Amino acid sequence: MSTTSPPQLSPEQLDAFGRELDAIRERVIADLGERDAAYIRRIIKAQRGLEIGGRALLELAFLPPAWLAGTAALSVSKILDNMEIGHNVMHGQYDWMNDAAVNGQAFEWDSACPSEQWRHSHNYMHHTHTNILGKDRDIGYGVLRMSEDQKWHPYYLGNPVYAALLALFFQWGVALHDLEVEKLNTGKAKWSDKRGMLKDIWRKGRRQALKDYALFPLLAGPGAPFTFAGNATANAVRNVWAFMIIFCGHFPEGTHEFTLEETEGETRGQWYYRQLLGSANLTGGELFHVMSGNLSHQIEHHLFPDLPAHRYAELAVEVREICARYGLPYNSGPLHKQFGSVVKKIVKLALPGDGGEEPDAPEPVAGEPVAVERELVAA
Amino acid sequence: MFTQTPQRLTRRVLASKLADALTTPHGVDRYVELVRPAFSLREVRAQVVAVRRATARSVTLTLRPNDNWQGFRAGQFVRLSVEIDGVRHTRCYSPASSAHVGDLVELTAHARPDGVVSPFLRACAQPGAVVSLSQAEGDFALPDERPEQLLLISGGSGITPVMAMLRTLCHEGHRGQIAFLHYARDEHDVAYRRQLAELAAGHANVRLLHGYTRSPGTGELDGRFARAHLQAAGIDPAQALTFACGPTGLLDAVRSTWAQDGLEQRLHVEQFSAPAPAAVPDGEHVAGSLRFARSGVEAGGTAASLLDQAEAAGLSPKSGCRMGICHTCTCRKLEGAVRDLRTGEISTAPDELIQICVNAPVGDVTLDI
Repeated sequence: MSTTSPPQLSPEQLDAFGRELDAIRERVIADLGERDAAYIRRIIKAQRGLEIGGRALLELAFLPPAWLAGTAALSVSKILDNMEIGHNVMHGQYDWMNDAAVNGQAFEWDSACPSEQWRHSHNYMHHTHTNILGKDRDIGYGVLRMSEDQKWHPYYLGNPVYAALLALFFQWGVALHDLEVEKLNTGKAKWSDKRGMLKDIWRKGRRQALKDYALFPLLAGPGAPFTFAGNATANAVRNVWAFMIIFCGHFPEGTHEFTLEETEGETRGQWYYRQLLGSANLTGGELFHVMSGNLSHQIEHHLFPDLPAHRYAELAVEVREICARYGLPYNSGPLHKQFGSVVKKIVKLALPGDGGEEPDAPEPVAGEPVAVERELVAA
Repeated sequence: MFTQTPQRLTRRVLASKLADALTTPHGVDRYVELVRPAFSLREVRAQVVAVRRATARSVTLTLRPNDNWQGFRAGQFVRLSVEIDGVRHTRCYSPASSAHVGDLVELTAHARPDGVVSPFLRACAQPGAVVSLSQAEGDFALPDERPEQLLLISGGSGITPVMAMLRTLCHEGHRGQIAFLHYARDEHDVAYRRQLAELAAGHANVRLLHGYTRSPGTGELDGRFARAHLQAAGIDPAQALTFACGPTGLLDAVRSTWAQDGLEQRLHVEQFSAPAPAAVPDGEHVAGSLRFARSGVEAGGTAASLLDQAEAAGLSPKSGCRMGICHTCTCRKLEGAVRDLRTGEISTAPDELIQICVNAPVGDVTLDI
């Protein structure tokens, strides 16, 4: 959360800002075609190839080079499957292709979380209510204190430990996310209401565990423990990587949070404004962007969640230019810097109070460009 | 055959529970299709093995469907899906081949100037391409008990299902009397002219008559369908079973002739329906009716979002943000035109996915809800 208040725009400016972003969206929608289809198929082919190769090598996992290469290939396969393919396909980014293989509602990913529950907690709850305290359950995932405005409790002394565990077992954390366990604890929801969801989580989780921890290891015969270890490592690598990228999306220093009252009756322009100020980008090379599922372009993703993510890099150029003109911050930095600030926040917020940060800066004058503490976009 | 055995064994292994558990959650198809695009455990896919362009407008594809194909009855149609500029389009085509040529299916498409799929196939279809098929559907088919006397009438691209009937009967060595009346613009526009002539020459029970609407006096029949043509064909509609397929004008003329004689029971017709109109006047709301196909509910259409209207009709489709972000409400529009409430853009494509919270109907719309 930022220590400065976000720059304010007049209603007219917000409308104009929204129209400019709408225009980008419409232009891309009209241009969707073979290029996008070929891209996602190429990524799918690479992922399936890496998976087959990785699993084949892990059948010989008693040989150290095979273990290393197999684990690496399977890790990359799982990351591609969950991020550049699964996350993006499930947003409906490729629904226009009318192909069952990339249909957002039909897609299942290589993760313990049933995709149906993910679509609800992520596409709907998180993307609609991004960074609204009390509404966006991705703030802290119900287990962490990620904002000063979450009331401190001695439980939060374990914030860094919980974060490390969540990172390591992220797929299971995500699988349990839509259950809203915190509501069960406070009595706002009953276990009996969640029976259907629990059944789905059990069914999906069991199939995933059976494949990674029983069937493929057993096929390796005496080498089973090595295969098991390779699969477990690949899952953990994917978990930690996904956790890092996702936590860099909304929690680095400079991202803003909003209250329910502030966002009531939001216009399209205000919605875009909140998405921009609540998100942060990661800088890096082309491979880094693909491996992050283009969530490194978190800002563009939150402005245009259903446009094919491989286009975000192009759109970012325009978005930065628009932000500069409206005097809006564009939060962007390399992974080590952004993740460093997330870790700092996790540690600070383990302690009571606001983590000892500076008090909020005074409200800037409406409509005036504001200097922000993060990287300012080039005009 | 020896070559069949390893193939069957491979298929059994791929269809096993173990293979399914190892490839979860994507399934076996999603891996095998990367090297064998026509392979699927359940879906019917077919490889194009030959492409023929017999006339200036038509293209004839010979397809080899995969093992899931269950064959067809002569006269039925299939849904063919092809991908054009990244988008999968599905259209109905009737096989024109004999139902007894088990492993091959022949389809003929006629490119319509305002079409999408047929002009694409005419211009771009190549041997080696893989397409998706449905199983055969439709009641417009030869009865299992073959009729003693058969009258086949077709116009333009409507020739395909009756061509399949003629070829199937000839293949069977059927002895009953068959009259085939075909209407086209001129003799150069008949995709099966040579094949028809060969069948008529080789089978004494087949009588073939052409009517050319744009080049009068050149065919055996004069102009458009008329009662006199039945006498020319030497067949009595009261005795024969009749199958007719073609454009609306031809079918209307045939229907009214049969109705005048009280012979509706002896007539089967199939009309090739055109996809929804490509242009809608001004994009304004045009009153129509809403049909929710799966639940069998109908409602009068308004300018409100389809989601609001579905809920007003007592349905509770899945929904989330109600502002076009989350895609929870995405559903299949089977037919009709819709307007995107955010952009005003109108979409008329049949069988496409739409977000019902940000789309309103323009005229009649059918949704898969």
